[in-house]
Amino acid sequence: MNKPLVSLKNVSKHYKQLKALTSINLDLAQGEVLGLFGHNGAGKTTMMKLILGVISPDVGSVTVMDMQPDHKSAWHMRARMGYLPENVMFYEQLSGLEVLTYFARLKGKTKAHAKELLEQVGIAHAMMRPVKTYSKGMRQRLGLAQAFIGQPKLLLLDEPTVGLDPSATAEFYQSVDQLKTQGTSVVLCSHVLPGVEQHIDRAMIISGGTTLALGTIAELRASANLPTKIMPVGLNGILAEDKMLNPYLDSTSTLKVPEQEKLNILRYLLADSTLSDIAVESANLEQVYQYYLAKGANQSAGIHMALDKSKAEA
Amino acid sequence: MREIITVANKEFHDGLRNRWLLSITLIFAVLSVGLTYFGAAASGTTGLTSLSTTVASLASLAVFLIPLIALLLSYDSFVGEQEGGTLLLLLTYPLSKNQLLFGKFLGQGGIITLATTLGFGTSAILLFIQHNDVEILQTFGYFILSATLLGLSFTAIAYIISLMASEKSKAAGVALITWFFFALVFDLALLALLVGVQTGLSQSALTQLMMLNPADIFRLVNLAGLDSTDVNGALAIAINANLSQVQLLTILCGWVILPLTIASLIFRTKKL
Repeated sequence: MNKPLVSLKNVSKHYKQLKALTSINLDLAQGEVLGLFGHNGAGKTTMMKLILGVISPDVGSVTVMDMQPDHKSAWHMRARMGYLPENVMFYEQLSGLEVLTYFARLKGKTKAHAKELLEQVGIAHAMMRPVKTYSKGMRQRLGLAQAFIGQPKLLLLDEPTVGLDPSATAEFYQSVDQLKTQGTSVVLCSHVLPGVEQHIDRAMIISGGTTLALGTIAELRASANLPTKIMPVGLNGILAEDKMLNPYLDSTSTLKVPEQEKLNILRYLLADSTLSDIAVESANLEQVYQYYLAKGANQSAGIHMALDKSKAEA
Repeated sequence: MREIITVANKEFHDGLRNRWLLSITLIFAVLSVGLTYFGAAASGTTGLTSLSTTVASLASLAVFLIPLIALLLSYDSFVGEQEGGTLLLLLTYPLSKNQLLFGKFLGQGGIITLATTLGFGTSAILLFIQHNDVEILQTFGYFILSATLLGLSFTAIAYIISLMASEKSKAAGVALITWFFFALVFDLALLALLVGVQTGLSQSALTQLMMLNPADIFRLVNLAGLDSTDVNGALAIAINANLSQVQLLTILCGWVILPLTIASLIFRTKKL
């Protein structure tokens, strides 16, 4: 197997009282797209900063392209990384082209390269206008163009689709897919979930600085074991009366069926000639995410209760 | 080096775009031409009175203006980018903190240097054309050199403020206090010390104390070569101290390098 492009081993980072990250382990392969999910303050940005080498871990080791990113010798490697921070305000009085040319030059690239990127993200028509006249979506596109400078091998994108309209979001995911085929690894940081599933290889869910789940969406879905929703139409209202279906009844016309029972129930329903339509909905990423968050919250609540109990006993 | 030039180029162009260069140059030019030709208007004459009076009055005005301008130009250099998020982004680039710092210094220092040279140089050249006296060029040469160093020194001090502040508005407040301290309070304190200390402050001790303020060094550089009749107050005493202009300029250079080094150290430990 190839060496991972990014590798975090038992990484912890603490700020004074705040435990930003605790014991994080992660390997990111070349060409892999990882979705990093968590609430605000879960530690997503801290993790990105560690990978970028802007901050150093207190415990554990971070390796990016066989180097410690916070070490001096890794500077040249930074030209191969692209980063889109959350809520960045580019130099307002400069034009889009000037902003991007500045950043491109810092990575040793030319103005022509900057122009190409502006065309790629679709704001070439506005490149002579000052950034202060840009809409939120245009600013976000400028930020993306900035992250794409120099065909990076590793892209770290913090909330990349915020402010983008649906068609721009689709275009953005297309470029992610395209970069992936070129062998670029991408970390997508987000709390906006719909639509992201089909573009990521693995998902990592963090909360309070600890990993709650890490794996492919299918793996996470399987281990969460969330029921599938089946909504049959027709059947003359037999759902409530039928012994086989009754236990799974969620509301008058919806069944919640465990994954392993799904096919049996479907076969049973399809055998009924009065069935006029049927909709099947597997648990989506949003629900998987909520499941793990709730589980994580329960666990830490459990720990607190155990602590309280031991204190009381002492 | 490419990185430093890129940053410097951007900062310099920002200075051009924001009309900083134009306005500073204009202020200095109007000030110096005005003082040169109409400085003696109060006594009923116009035209050049004496070179030393002109430079003395120029210096005592510039000593207030230049630090203020430099602080205004640079106080938000880092804290502004920090608030906008571009500072964090820049540090993920193949660009070291020192390269960013020196790049900014080169760019904004370039604006100050060019503005002083053009602004004060105008009246120097006008005077030289009229009087054809080499001494004019020499005196103004020292004046422009020391004014530039004074500006650079306060640019570097502004970077310290900008790197330590958490918000732009706080940085502005601290910059104003800093200006007030160096331009006014320091000299008042010196005077108080001079009058208040019974045993009397020795001349060399006073001069040494003045080395703690770049604005005072600037004054000394420009007044040291002049008739002491044009100068009064605490300065008159200090002037008689035997520090040459070159020595004073060297110390002023130290006042550029020292704050810049401190800024670099602060930047290194700065959390983002």
